[in-house]
Order: sequence, then C-alpha cells, then structure tokens
Amino acid sequence: MKVILRNPRREIEVAGKRRVKELLREMDVLPGTVLVIRGDELITGDTVVGDDDVVEVRPVMSGGVA
Amino acid sequence: MKCRKCGGSAALELRRHNAAFCSPHFIEFFRKQAAEAIHKHRMFTRDEPVLVAVSGGKDSLGLWDLLIEDGYRTAGLYLDLGIFEYSQESRAKCEAFAAARGQTLHVEQVAEAIGAPIPEVQKATRRPTCSACGLSKRYLMNRAALEHGYAVVATGHNLDDEAATLFSSVLHWQTDALPRQSPALASTHPKLVRRVKPLYRLSELETAAYAFLRGIDYIVEECPFSKGATSLAHKEVLNRLEEVSPGAKHNFLFGFLEKARPAFERVEHVLLQECASCGQVTTGELCAFCKLADQVKRRLRPPATVPGAAAP
Repeated sequence: MKVILRNPRREIEVAGKRRVKELLREMDVLPGTVLVIRGDELITGDTVVGDDDVVEVRPVMSGGVA
Repeated sequence: MKCRKCGGSAALELRRHNAAFCSPHFIEFFRKQAAEAIHKHRMFTRDEPVLVAVSGGKDSLGLWDLLIEDGYRTAGLYLDLGIFEYSQESRAKCEAFAAARGQTLHVEQVAEAIGAPIPEVQKATRRPTCSACGLSKRYLMNRAALEHGYAVVATGHNLDDEAATLFSSVLHWQTDALPRQSPALASTHPKLVRRVKPLYRLSELETAAYAFLRGIDYIVEECPFSKGATSLAHKEVLNRLEEVSPGAKHNFLFGFLEKARPAFERVEHVLLQECASCGQVTTGELCAFCKLADQVKRRLRPPATVPGAAAP
C-alpha cells in the first residue's frame, strides 16, 4: 500500500495486509496523534488495510502556541 | 469498530471517553462539547458579535465553522505574521473559508504594527520566535477587537494546548501564569476585551477530525518556527502519558481548573493602566508590545551617517 506522511509530505510503500494500529506501531506513531485517512474517510485502528490502499497518516499536533 | 450511538461503522475512536463514533455522531458530540464550554463559562450569547482569531489551521477554522453552524454572529481576524510562504498559504485558506461562507475577515499586518515581520523580529531581538509571536498576537487581537467593536475574542485553543501550557507553568512553577489560565478571561478594564476558548474540552485529535469531516481546507503543514518549540516537546510528553493512561490530559487540565486554580488566584488586584505610548492596557508605564516594537526599530534602524563623512 501507499502511505502518505506529512511535515514534510512524502510517500512510502508498505507491503502486506495489517490493521491500522499495527501499521502505526511499525512506524512508531502514537495512535492518538494522527488522523488515518483512506479516500474521503477516517478509519479506526482495527480497520484492515492492504496492498491496494492509499492511506494518509496526518499528524494533528500543532505548536508554537501563543 | 462500531459507533456508540448508532452501531454503524466508526470514523474515530476516543479512548478517553471509551467510545467510538461514526462521522455524523462525532460531529454531534463535538458540537455538544463546544456548546457546553460556551454555556458553562458564559463565553458569549447569540446576540453578541464574536471575533474569531483564525490562523488557517484546523482548530481556529473548525471553531469558526461550528459557531457559524450554531447560529452565532461572527467575523474572523487573521494576523499576517509575515512568515514567508507559510503566512501566504494560511491567509489564503482563511480568505477562501470566509468567502465561501459569506463572512467578514479582518486582516492585520504584524509587520506594520511592530516594524518588521516575525522572522526579522527574532533576528533583531534574539527573543524566541514563539514568544515574540505570542505577545504580538495577544496584543493585536485585543487592539483589533476594540477597533472593530467586538467585546469578545474567541481562539481555537484545544485541550492539548491548554494541558501543555499548564504543564509548562507547573514545570517552572510560574505562579503568576497559573491563575490566568482559564477557558474564559473576563474583561477587567474597559480596554481589555473578553478572551474565550470554546474548544478547551476537545483534544487535538478531535479538532483535526472535525475539520476533516466538515471538509474544511486547513493548512496541515506546521509553522516553520514551531520545529523544536518547547510547547511541542511538552505535548509529546503528555501524548506518551495519554497512550498508557487515556484521559490523563483531561484529568490534568480539568483537575487544575476545578480544584487547584482557585488556590493560585491573587488576593490583591493588579493595577492596570494605559500604556504611555499606545494607550493599550498594561501594568507598567509602557506595554510589553511597545517595548518589543521599540527594540525592533532601534536594532533594525540603519546606522546614522556622520555629517561631513566622505561617501565611499
């Protein structure tokens, strides 16, 4: 599958089916810190994603708070 | 994963609530949380125009969206910080948002007020960028609200922002800052507008999900100066805690607001007066913004030429 990452925007290829929470764990990303987007939908940690999917892992943290 | 309310396919899991929601029920949940914040702290009424400070990000545009949808009278305020392409893109997002919804957007140029854009301010003063930026934003938000006739400014600060600020204040025992941390700061002077944070009950994950599910085109890229910011390091620490103990951030912030904050409130009142230079409210003779602007002007002023000196 194609995984889109942000800040800066880049893409990586990941082979094989797995649950979203496993994908995030492999990438060392905390589930509460990102939206996981497939198409125009948000998907939860138990959703299985596979080779044909394009998944965006979008960070939610913003900083430099005033 | 199933939606707690309808049993349909969930879009988002909220571990701190031990719940998951589908898209429509998450939006309903989100609006209820904001409505509770507005009601509980008497932030504003439907008859009162609200100036929403917008940055182009998920929180502030999400806040503006929900206030419009809920029937409040609003206008936006965008502060152009002059941070290269980042400011251009974020301003474009705010302008497009306002135009699509038929809302007024006021724009203030920080460089006009302070004498230089934020990146130059940092170079001139060696003050941390986020510190100069935050000071300028608070000052200009108040000034713009007064000039345009708004009694209240709403900002998009979320639960994570508030928990990180509290963490920083506690870490350094900034006892002056603790009583000022509140979802709603009342006006304590005719020239100080009310400042409110209707999203303080909602996490950063939730504000991002709301913006996405509402189809809001917000700026995902971060401010180039936020890299390495202490506030982000504090958020990361709190996110690690939250991962092993869902609800930790909520309990930290709400416990403070309900149990600890009153203990830090000053008994004596601070004497407020008007700045000798700009007339805005301050505790000294000159306000912090005028001092900063003066520092910038002195450092960026070209060196005076010596009378009679030969040209090179």
